[in-house]
Parts: sequence; C-alpha cells; structure tokens
Amino acid sequence: MGDISQPKFEIRDLKAYYSDREVIHGINLEINKNEILSLIGPANSGITTLLRTLNRLCDLNPESRQEGEVVLDGKNIFDHDIVVTQLRRRVGMVFDVPTPLPLSIFDNVAYGLKIIKMSKADTANQVEQALRMSALWEEVKDRLSTPGMSLSGGQQQRLCMARVLALEPEVVLLDRPCSGLDPISTARIEESLMEIKEKYTIVIAPHNVQQAARISDRVGFMLLGDLIEVDTKELIFSDPRDQRTSDYVTGRFG
Amino acid sequence: MNSNSEKLSHAVFFALALSSISALVLITVFILVQGAPIIAEIGLFKFVFGMTWAPLKGEFGIFPMIVGSVSATIGAAILGVPIGICCAIFLAEFAPPLMRNIFRPAIQLLAGIPSVVYGFWGLIFIVPSIRDHLGGPGLSILAGSIILAIMILPTVISITEVSILALPSSYKEGALALGLNRWQTISSVILPAAKSGIIAAVILGIGRAIGETMAVIMVLGNAVALPESVLDPVRTLTTNIGIEMGYAVGAHRQALFATGIVLFVIIMVLNTTAQYIARRK
Ligand SMILES: Nc1ncnc2c1ncn2[C@@H]1O[C@H](COP(=O)(O)OP(=O)(O)OP(=O)(O)O)[C@@H](O)[C@H]1O
Ligand SMILES: [Mg+2]
Repeated sequence: MGDISQPKFEIRDLKAYYSDREVIHGINLEINKNEILSLIGPANSGITTLLRTLNRLCDLNPESRQEGEVVLDGKNIFDHDIVVTQLRRRVGMVFDVPTPLPLSIFDNVAYGLKIIKMSKADTANQVEQALRMSALWEEVKDRLSTPGMSLSGGQQQRLCMARVLALEPEVVLLDRPCSGLDPISTARIEESLMEIKEKYTIVIAPHNVQQAARISDRVGFMLLGDLIEVDTKELIFSDPRDQRTSDYVTGRFG
Repeated sequence: MNSNSEKLSHAVFFALALSSISALVLITVFILVQGAPIIAEIGLFKFVFGMTWAPLKGEFGIFPMIVGSVSATIGAAILGVPIGICCAIFLAEFAPPLMRNIFRPAIQLLAGIPSVVYGFWGLIFIVPSIRDHLGGPGLSILAGSIILAIMILPTVISITEVSILALPSSYKEGALALGLNRWQTISSVILPAAKSGIIAAVILGIGRAIGETMAVIMVLGNAVALPESVLDPVRTLTTNIGIEMGYAVGAHRQALFATGIVLFVIIMVLNTTAQYIARRK
C-alpha cells in the first residue's frame, strides 16, 4: 500500500493518441488516496480517454497509444510486467450507460467473483455488501433472481457500481455515471460515493459542474487535451487561477 | 405519384409475393395428396417404425432410413458444430481485419460449392481413407458425417458470428473492465449472451444436413439396414427418394412421397424451433 502521503496515482507527462492525432497533450496530475477527484471540461477535453487510460481499457482500441507514465502505488502501469487483468481489478470502471449483463441481479454482481473462484457463502456475503454500498440492497433484496435488465436505469447503474465494488478495487473510475438518470437515483449514487470514499479512491467525470461541486474533494479542469488546473473544490469554484476555468464553472462556455 | 399507379404497383408486388408463397403451397399440397393415402393405408406407425423396405412385396417401412438420416446428421453436428462455433468466435473476437476479410468470403465460397462436388470428393478421398485406415466398406455413416459437417460449416459459422457481433459492445467492455481476461469474457459473457443465436445456427445447420441428398448418396452406401457402427453404410430419407424416384410407380411412388412428407415435417419442426429460439431473446 505504501505510506499515507504517497499519492495513489501519479500521472507524469501523459500524452494520448488515436492513430497519429494527439488528444492529451502531456498531463501531470496526482490523485490522492480516499479522495473524490472530479474531472470537468467541455466536450472532447479528453476526460474519457484519460479515465480509460488509468485502467488500460484504452488497449482495447488498437488505434490508441500513450506516452509518459502513470504510476499506481509506485509502479508504472505501462511497464511490461504489469498484468492488465490484475490492474483492472484494482482500478474498476463504471461507464456512462448502465451495462448490466443478461443475467439475474445476483449473478450480475457475482460473476466477477465467480471468476476469481470465491466460495458460494463468501460470494453471497460479498454481493450483499456491494449492493448495500451502492445503495441498492433495500430495493432488490427480495428479487435477486430477477433479470438485471428489469431494473430501472438508475437501479441498473447502481447494479453496475455494485458489480465493480464487489471485487474490492482500490480505485473506482466513473465516466458520467449519472447521465440520463433521474434526480433521485443521482442523489443515491452521490450519497453512496461520499460514503465509500473512506475505502476507495474515486475519480469521476461528473454529469455537470453542480455535481462536481456537491461531491468532490478536488476538481480538475480539462480543456482540449490539457489539464488547465486542479485544486480543491473551494478554490476552483470561488477563486480559480485561470480565466478559462472561471469562465467554464460560471457557465460562460461549454 | 397518383393514387391509381400506386394501387397498380401495390397489386403487382402483391401478385409477385403471392406467387412465391403459392409455390410453397402447391408443393406442400402436391406432396400431401401424393403421399398421404399410402400412409393412411399402411398406418402411420407401421410406416414410420416399419423395419422392412421391400417395394416389390409392397412392404414400406422407413425406420432404417430415419435412423440413417438421424445418425449421419448427429455425426455431422458432433464434428461440425464445435469447429463452426470456434471458427465464428475466432472471426468475431480474435482475427485481425485482414484475416477476417480473407476468411469470410472463403467460408461463403464453401456454401457455393455444388453438393455433387462434395460427394465426389468424399468418394475419391474420404471413403478410401476410411476403408484403408478404419476398416469396413468405407461407404459409411462416418464418411457422410464428415462431408455433411463441412457442408454445414458456412451456416453455423455465419449465423454464430452475426449473433456475436450483434451483441452490444458494452457487454464485452464491462467484463474486461472487471479484470476478466479474453477467454473468461468469451465464455462467461459473450457465449451466454449470444446463446439463442448460436442455438438457432446449430438447428439450421442440422436442417441443412438432414435435407442434403446428392453428396450423401455418393458416400453413405445406401444399404437399407440398421447400422451397428459408424463404419456401416446407411440410407437416408433423402437418398431413398433420390435413388428410387426414377423407376417407382404406383404404391412405391406414393411411398416415396410419403417419405418426403416425413422429411418435410422434420425440417419444418427444426426451422420453426430455430426461428422461435432466435426470436425469444
Ligand atoms: N475511439 C476513438 N478514436 C479516435 N478518436 C477518438 C476516440 N475516442 C475519442 N477520440 C477523440 O479524442 C478526443 C478526446 O475525446 P474524449 O472522449 O476522451 O473526450 P471527453 O472529454 O470524454 O469528451 P465528452 O465530453 O464528449 O465525453 C476527441 O477529440 C475525440 O474525438
Ligand atoms: Mg467522455
């Protein structure tokens, strides 16, 4: 784990390309343990690309390529001896559209556990814990065997969160997890994020600036592939250093 | 377009659509009219489960041929389905684009080879190899199964591949993001999700195998007897019609149409099941 003061992630001079087009232009960023870091910015800022780099989901796209370093607990994730499946288990990801599998609610949460060969009894316990953490347990505990697809959109998204949390990752990445969700589901997800940050490090592309203001500890502002600035939420929203940040958070563009 | 010419074009298209359906109806009615009386005369049970096929003595039992059709088809499925599914997984999940662009048309080409060519190749190549290496006459269930397995590959591969590619990419990404490796993703997420499409592919492949005539006439040996091993020759329902239709008259000819009815029913059931399963989802 390393000592407390060491950041969870240290991103150094990270550049990302699709084919030959550079879409992230050398970012430096530290992500602390047990914080909620929000990355905000207008369309095409490269936030999705950055998040997908952190657990190397970018590798799925043969056109994509990265330069620089992303250090997780002292180890560069681009090193050749990194086992990508293990990395992804440590750095889980929730996508913008809920993606339940065509399985029951229980199996949706349990199937990652099955793969790591957890015992039946432990699995049941772990599934319950994960569903509680994502604030879904009370709503589904009586119908765990019904299909995951039968849930509402907001419930499906919390199911996907539970699926990630069940594997006890160290970092949870969320790319606009609340887009298209109703305000109540959104509030549920925000509440549970603030509860679970004691155990996890959370990096989120929030759904809008207001959401960033509600849940973050720190906020980073990205624009067209550059990280303009990153600071505590208070400073970003009341006294940003860069004019562009100020324009964005006050709604003057983007 | 004014409403009169629109009505006219409607009528034309309707007539054309009707003609293709009426072909189906005509054939069905014709087979039924020709074949049903003799089934009624002999009795359905005796016809389907009768062990002796002796047209000259007026004995028409098709059970050995049902066994022949079923055994050759099961053999084809055992050999062809796993290969077909693996091939489809490879094309959908692993093959680099260049290889995919070579494989796909090649597999389609496999579907375009006339069945008599398959049969000829089987007779020249597979039958002697079986005779030399495994014994028996060579003309056998095994030879037929091998030929049929190759013939059903295009059906199994293309339908399986389409149903894998039709899955939302979110299934795959979601699984990979949880740290599953590629094989775990395929076996625990992709195959279960594409299950109904794959089952439909298998059933349609089986339907194709059961209906095949020309290729199997040449390699199955066509003996009307219950086989004792996969190295024995058999006759299928289709080859029975193909071989005897030329000279059959009277009750014999009717019995061949009745064989056609049985075949027709089997294939209808298979196709309907495939469609039902593919549509469930
Ligand atoms: N798969 C891809 N192939 C090629 N270019 C891509 C791909 N994905 C993203 N890009 C490009 O990379 C840049 C950054 O996109 P990215 O999706 O990371 O931004 P974002 O901040 O998440 O944007 P959004 O607000 O739209 O979600 C954009 O210019 C986009 O066009
Ligand atoms: Mg994005």
